[in-house]
Amino acid sequence: MDMNEIKEIFFQECEEQLAELESGLLRLNDGDRDPETVNAVFRAVHSIKGGAGAFGLDDLVSFAHVFETTLDCVRSNKLAPSQDVLKVMLKSADVLADLTNVARDGGSFDQARSTQLIRELEALAKGEAPPAAPAGEPAAPKAAAAKSAPVAAAAPAEPAANEHGFMPVAFSFDDFGGDDVEAVSELPAYEIAFKPKSDLYTKGNEATLLLRDLSRLGEMSIHCNMDSLPPLDQMEPETAYFSWKISLKTDKGEDAVRQVFEFAEWDCDLDVIAVDAGESVDDAESDQAMQPVPFDLSALDDEPDAPLGVIEEEEQAAAAQERDATVAAAQMASNVVQMAGNAARAGAGDKAAAAAAQNTAQQAAAAPTIRVDLDRVDRLINLVGELVINQAMLSQSVIENDSNGVSSINMGLEELQQLTREIQDSVMAIRAQPVKPVFQRMARTVREIADITGKSVRLVTEGENTEVDKTVIDKLAEPLTHMIRNAVDHGLETPEKRLAAGKSAEGTVKLTAKHRSGRIVIELSDDGAGINREKVRQKAIDNDLIAADANLSDEEIDNMIFHAGFSTADKVSDLSGRGVGMDVVKRSIQALGGRINISSKPGHGSVFTMSLPLTLAVLDGMVVTVAGQTLVVPLTAIVETLQPDAAAIHSFGATQRLISIRNSFCPLVDVGRILNFRATQANPVEGVALLVESEGGGQRALMVDAIQGQRQVVIKSLEANYTHVPGIAAATILGDGRVALILDVDAVVSASRGQSLHLEASLAAAG
Amino acid sequence: MTVHAKNLPNGARELIAFRIGNQEFCVNVMSVREIRGWTPATPMPHAPQYVLGVINLRGAVLPIIDLSARLGMRAAEPTVRHVIIVTQVGERVVGLLVEAVSDILTISDDDIQPTPDMTSEFERTFARGILAIEGRMICLIELDAVFPHSESEAA
Repeated sequence: MDMNEIKEIFFQECEEQLAELESGLLRLNDGDRDPETVNAVFRAVHSIKGGAGAFGLDDLVSFAHVFETTLDCVRSNKLAPSQDVLKVMLKSADVLADLTNVARDGGSFDQARSTQLIRELEALAKGEAPPAAPAGEPAAPKAAAAKSAPVAAAAPAEPAANEHGFMPVAFSFDDFGGDDVEAVSELPAYEIAFKPKSDLYTKGNEATLLLRDLSRLGEMSIHCNMDSLPPLDQMEPETAYFSWKISLKTDKGEDAVRQVFEFAEWDCDLDVIAVDAGESVDDAESDQAMQPVPFDLSALDDEPDAPLGVIEEEEQAAAAQERDATVAAAQMASNVVQMAGNAARAGAGDKAAAAAAQNTAQQAAAAPTIRVDLDRVDRLINLVGELVINQAMLSQSVIENDSNGVSSINMGLEELQQLTREIQDSVMAIRAQPVKPVFQRMARTVREIADITGKSVRLVTEGENTEVDKTVIDKLAEPLTHMIRNAVDHGLETPEKRLAAGKSAEGTVKLTAKHRSGRIVIELSDDGAGINREKVRQKAIDNDLIAADANLSDEEIDNMIFHAGFSTADKVSDLSGRGVGMDVVKRSIQALGGRINISSKPGHGSVFTMSLPLTLAVLDGMVVTVAGQTLVVPLTAIVETLQPDAAAIHSFGATQRLISIRNSFCPLVDVGRILNFRATQANPVEGVALLVESEGGGQRALMVDAIQGQRQVVIKSLEANYTHVPGIAAATILGDGRVALILDVDAVVSASRGQSLHLEASLAAAG
Repeated sequence: MTVHAKNLPNGARELIAFRIGNQEFCVNVMSVREIRGWTPATPMPHAPQYVLGVINLRGAVLPIIDLSARLGMRAAEPTVRHVIIVTQVGERVVGLLVEAVSDILTISDDDIQPTPDMTSEFERTFARGILAIEGRMICLIELDAVFPHSESEAA
């Protein structure tokens, strides 16, 4: 494994940590005051800092460090996580994400922004009011600064608190009873209790090395505590049993001591206590109030002293056999990831042990996951697709050769069919991911836009655990971002207008996801002013999209905003309103095989509803025959199928034909002609018409020769080995092993409107 | 049919030779993935005449090029005796329809003679050089030029 691969893993982990960080901060924002949430947030930043340090990513490290320091103040209850504090932190999380991206992909980031945030964070950490935001900054931080001041003042005044919430260890020699000479010779002393957890070793750390590093700081004596060592036959070889008590005299300061354990901090119980020279160890230890930030205090910290000195391992094991088995069990329970029940039993009555047990129980509750390369999953999906096709081919040939109908082979084949379908579903489920990450990104978008527009916005998300194929998720972010921007920028009113309209100053944008009949439905609603239909209508008339006297329903007017080149914003803002907005959104949703709708209530806001397929790998299609060729028409596009009646066909001009359906006329499109499969138009009466609805709302009747049936097909890319073909969306492989083309309904419809199918496209030209 | 790369002396390369009509052509073995029999292809709309369509190659959609037509000769009438040489250039895999595979040649770079100075499009685009082997003339095909994507990217 080379450095780059390791780095790539680091960045992958960063992404997870950043997600963890953001969701933790959002939980805090919602009023969650669980110390574990604060810890999780802190851990995320700490891990990023640690990893970044290992790769020499200095920008990332320095920012993460400041962030971490401030978070530590929250963790040690010196800084209340008020809304304003969290606002700064959420922004810091965004900057941290930016810095991570820059570290990975290169590019530049907003140096001013990160410097500004570093200042704000430092101010928060010091318990000061943040400096007034510079002119260019949005108004929000100013409010944050003003409001957070009282909170900060309430925090204990520790002006120069360092990263761990400690005063730098400054020794006043006056304390030493006037004996200056002795005091100078005596270096500051620390009592360090170091108890590794098993994880420390699993992560490749080594207690010996840590202790050796520590010994370099000064004069040191070590006591190894082996009380917890169980009898040999009960010993788990991969478990940590030892703990150490170290007395260290060093002038390097406590920071240096902690630095030694920096990367092991989360996998051990560590107490560093500064003791006055000459003061007894026991005094310091018994004085619990003096203990610093309480790291997970293990049940046995107050156990009687262990035999001193470092003993060879064999001897330790032998000695351990004599130890009380209960002690061993309790110790194991408290520092080994174990069944929660065991731990609770062993540590009954001991609060610390119970807490540890609860911790392990929580860890155990999270389902174990593995990280898998997406390519491998894709390969598996491809292979399963093959299996499905092969199975279909097999069934088909058995049916062809077996006229008796019910045979054991047929029964077996049916079971095989069910199995393959099940396998296919399970494999698809591997790719399915909750929409949560995308929703989280939206939270950031909302924050940024709210800042820029000066509006106060709350994003409510629902159903973020709804699962959908990863490819869909990846392509969802962009249109969703755009819609969120629109919702905040255009949808929501300014706080003043909201108050005037009798609403709360804070606008709400709600994002929900749910499954509905095999599709995922994503709804984005705002409680803003709704669509100004008069304005939209006027704009549409101005842009020659509709006639001035056109009679449009409210719904039709609302849907006008999806037209290209349409924007009702009075002024073009940075965010939206360039008129490339909603039509692009609509197109990208449609490219995903989805549909988008808007409904709006003046004064009450708008709701955008998107319905998307759960996967892009398979498609429900209608298999049809056109000019001897088999084609697949996506089922979602088909409104109805009908057998045209000669009387219903009307010629219109030289080549056009219309079909009358329930007294309305619909253009008839011969698919075979459009795709150049035949030179002349087929006789509509001999075929079947598929009524399709296309982008732009218009309906068309597509003429095909015959319908073979409906089936789910696996989508295969044509572009991979060939090139894009106008009128064809993709290919698939049918039961007979042959390739069938999937019709691009929208392209065919627009071709029928007289827009050419790009016939002169390169290929034809080249041929 | 699978072809394994052998240890070849420096500058030497292996070529697969095949016939179209009475002419012989060859391509580098390294760009040949497999050789398979002819199966009917699904025609593509708006495809140039030399693209016979697409076939299913173990789940991948493989376009088939009638090399004869592509080189400006008579369009092939595929029979069961025709073979498809599955070749890969870059990321794309494309099948070439030829009449029969005739030989595997080991040559050194020195054996490749430059194409004579003629003005036909064929010689400029598709021939990388010619080989004289045992009195036969074999044309080394420039696969890049044969694949349709090169044009589509330019367009």
